[in-house]
Amino acid sequence: MGSRVLLRSAALAYLFVLLLAPVGMIAYRTFAHGVSPVWTSLSSGSARHAVFLSVLVTAIAVPLNVAFGLVAGVAIARRRMPAGRMVNLLVNLPFAMSPVVIGLALFTLYGRGGWVGDWLAVRGIQVLFSVPGLVFATTFVSLPFVVREVVPVLEEIGSDQEQAAATLGAGPWTTFWRITLPAIRWALAYGIVLSAARALGEYGAVSIVSGNIVGRTQTLPLLVEERFRNFDAVGAYSAGFVLALISLVIVAVMTLLSRRKEHS
Amino acid sequence: MSIDAMSVTKTFGDFHALRDVSVSIDRGKLTALLGPSGGGKSTLLRIIAGLDEPDTGRVYIDGRDMTNVPARRRGIGFVFQHYAAFPHMSVWDNVAFGLKVTRTAKTTTKQRVAELLELVHLSGLAHRYPSELSGGQRQRMALARALAVEPRLLLLDEPFGALDVKVREELRAWLRQLHEQVHATTVFVTHDQEEAMELADQIVLINAGEVEQVGAPEELYDNPASPFVMSFLGATTRLGDALVRPHDIEVLAEPSAGAHEAMIERVLGLGFHSRIDVVLPDGSSVTVQLTRAHAQQLELGVGDIVFLRHMPGTTVTTNG
Repeated sequence: MGSRVLLRSAALAYLFVLLLAPVGMIAYRTFAHGVSPVWTSLSSGSARHAVFLSVLVTAIAVPLNVAFGLVAGVAIARRRMPAGRMVNLLVNLPFAMSPVVIGLALFTLYGRGGWVGDWLAVRGIQVLFSVPGLVFATTFVSLPFVVREVVPVLEEIGSDQEQAAATLGAGPWTTFWRITLPAIRWALAYGIVLSAARALGEYGAVSIVSGNIVGRTQTLPLLVEERFRNFDAVGAYSAGFVLALISLVIVAVMTLLSRRKEHS
Repeated sequence: MSIDAMSVTKTFGDFHALRDVSVSIDRGKLTALLGPSGGGKSTLLRIIAGLDEPDTGRVYIDGRDMTNVPARRRGIGFVFQHYAAFPHMSVWDNVAFGLKVTRTAKTTTKQRVAELLELVHLSGLAHRYPSELSGGQRQRMALARALAVEPRLLLLDEPFGALDVKVREELRAWLRQLHEQVHATTVFVTHDQEEAMELADQIVLINAGEVEQVGAPEELYDNPASPFVMSFLGATTRLGDALVRPHDIEVLAEPSAGAHEAMIERVLGLGFHSRIDVVLPDGSSVTVQLTRAHAQQLELGVGDIVFLRHMPGTTVTTNG
């Protein structure tokens, strides 16, 4: 009994020191001088653009990951292609790699003198220091989530239902929409939320390819960092608070989804 | 519809599921693919359905080469061992699925689903979900779903394998009845020889990827092509060089030409039957089954010497 209480207290203290206290401090610091400086700081042009850009990049990256995740997930789980195992390994790469390295890789590939960068530059397309670069970096780092959520569920349900649909006259497309997709819907939703959370918060890879041009390529995490470096405490805390708030909403949605996932 | 599989071979890695199998299944009959687990019978059924592709060989349905035709265009109904129910759809939607995807008119769909639910005794449960049904009910739903598209060929993979004994017996009788009603050629896979004997018009006995024998149940029982067929379809015992059924052995009190001398080790009364275990001078044991009245008439006791021979005209296979 005593040891259990001790364990619980230790776990709570750990959570408090590492998680609750820092997040709480951000909220406290943000509003230390009342609401009006926060409002001023958040309604500035650069802040509004940073929020817009982060949401835009996420809104492009997540659907790309959903499309890729479903195709790769079915290919891996149904072993429809010989390279399925290879894809399975590669999909985990963004997890294992430091985002900064991913950013560097994109930089060398798409920058001046890079193989793809020069080819595109001739055609007037600029990837680095513009929205496409941000989308590439963000998509890359948030790539594994949908695949990793969807594959175990696909493997668990097996292919009997899909084969049953085929014997009843359903083509592959109908079978996917009416049988496979409903079966994985909660796992897919969970993957989307995780992917969106990662995309919104991404800093490392994005910081290298963005060039951090205020009002053009500065995302919300980059804005926080810049304001922090410029000793704009209220500005940094306010933007940071917005990010933390989004995370809280995401955690709430995840909790709801994981409950649905277990019930189905 | 008649089915002809010609020289079908299928391997999974190093495992030979089917080796050069050729078999013909007659139109309108209820056929059992019978055999021990891992013998290749389910693989053959799945190849007929188009769910698996043969490595070599061809499949003809009603004389038409269907080898490269996808499952959805073969005009079949398939019932999976574990039902493969669509869990996010009600019983009604499960049964209607095949009609919906083939764009059948709504009024026809409604009428047909109602008829089928009636046929499988699930009318009252149309709005339930598969998770709210018992195993037997799920299996009947799976059957109704397969029948909805009016298949010319109904294929069932171990249809009663996952059910308990009582439900299994009910469903057996019911499947037999259903087969007469719907007039589809029906093929089912089973490892239960009793189930095959009771239900089927024709049995295809498959073992180790090869067809051992094809024929009516009595034919396989009375004229087995090999010792394997004989022992798979019922009890056997070895008398000298011959494999015989325990109830086909004659017990004599006096020596006779061709009869083996033996000593009784055990006498068991099993209701209508009696079983005696005897031992031959070479030490081999033989089991004999006879009616209780006959056993009493012979006044058999442990330690008695008797003489055994297989009754003339009965089934015997010799070691070969």
